[in-house]
Amino acid sequence: MADHAPTETLALRVQFDTEAQQKDAATLGMWLFLITEIMFFGGMFAVYTVYRSWYPDVFAIASSSLNEIIGALNTGVLLLSSFTMVLAVRAGQLGQQKAIVMFLILTLLFGGVFLGVKAYEWNQKFEEHHIPGQAAFHLDGVLPGDQGHAQLFFSIYFAMTGLHALHMVIGVGILLILIVQARKGRFSASYYTPVDVAGLYWHFVDIIWIFLFPLLYLIDRHLVK
Amino acid sequence: MSHPPEQTHIDSVGTYVKILLALLVATAVTTAVSRVDLGAFSTVVALGIACVKMLLVALFFMHLRHSTKLTRLVVLGGLLWLAILLLLTLTDFATRGILGVPGK
Repeated sequence: MADHAPTETLALRVQFDTEAQQKDAATLGMWLFLITEIMFFGGMFAVYTVYRSWYPDVFAIASSSLNEIIGALNTGVLLLSSFTMVLAVRAGQLGQQKAIVMFLILTLLFGGVFLGVKAYEWNQKFEEHHIPGQAAFHLDGVLPGDQGHAQLFFSIYFAMTGLHALHMVIGVGILLILIVQARKGRFSASYYTPVDVAGLYWHFVDIIWIFLFPLLYLIDRHLVK
Repeated sequence: MSHPPEQTHIDSVGTYVKILLALLVATAVTTAVSRVDLGAFSTVVALGIACVKMLLVALFFMHLRHSTKLTRLVVLGGLLWLAILLLLTLTDFATRGILGVPGK
């Protein structure tokens, strides 16, 4: 054992035969984690599906009270962050250490803008009294008897966007750690696995938003003018 | 070993730019089309566009195009479990009351 230790590198730990095998194992492990995340969010998408099928009209009115232009622009910001993230991974593949740092910082910036806009949107909901459980809750255009169903929509809205934002905050933390490590020159063309799997995580969170945006913001907008 | 493993496939920046533009256009389209009355198809169109965007992100940004067969199989397995979660839940909620309740 002892004579193996000096040859061990970040890119090739002793338990692997080749660098490629180690990399495949890391990728597969990250995907397995992401699948548990799919099921985690999946439960909430199931809740959404059931309640929207029960109260389609109320959900359409409640959805139309969200600002879809802000939502669409924020979606664009998040897609941009995914773009810079994949460029950081590409810089890792090429072993361009400065480019890794630059693209990770850009990703962090776009992620921060997304969260800032989200905070602004949530604050709007408080000002409009669209907070479920609030005594003053009132959604215009919905009958008094249906106000509870409108509260259901906003409960789901806050739970799903909140859980998504929590993942973004965790992603921001991961990015900060990666930026520090990348600045120290830890990553190279033969070892950039942390950047790679963090990229998978970031893109996954992006995909969740790709579904949240039309499902929450864009329900039957033609019905409500 | 300072060179990357041979099977590492590096896409060009141009490819990623094209994917980003496609994603942004799809976002604009789905936002615009939500104002059009398509009846029940509005949900189908919205989810269809979202699925296309998901595929673009997964295949290109998440490198599933170049992943091992095992990874791809695992991802498909995950989507299968999600389908079971959603569809079997709906077999209950979508069919309640169809037959009525005996004795009521």
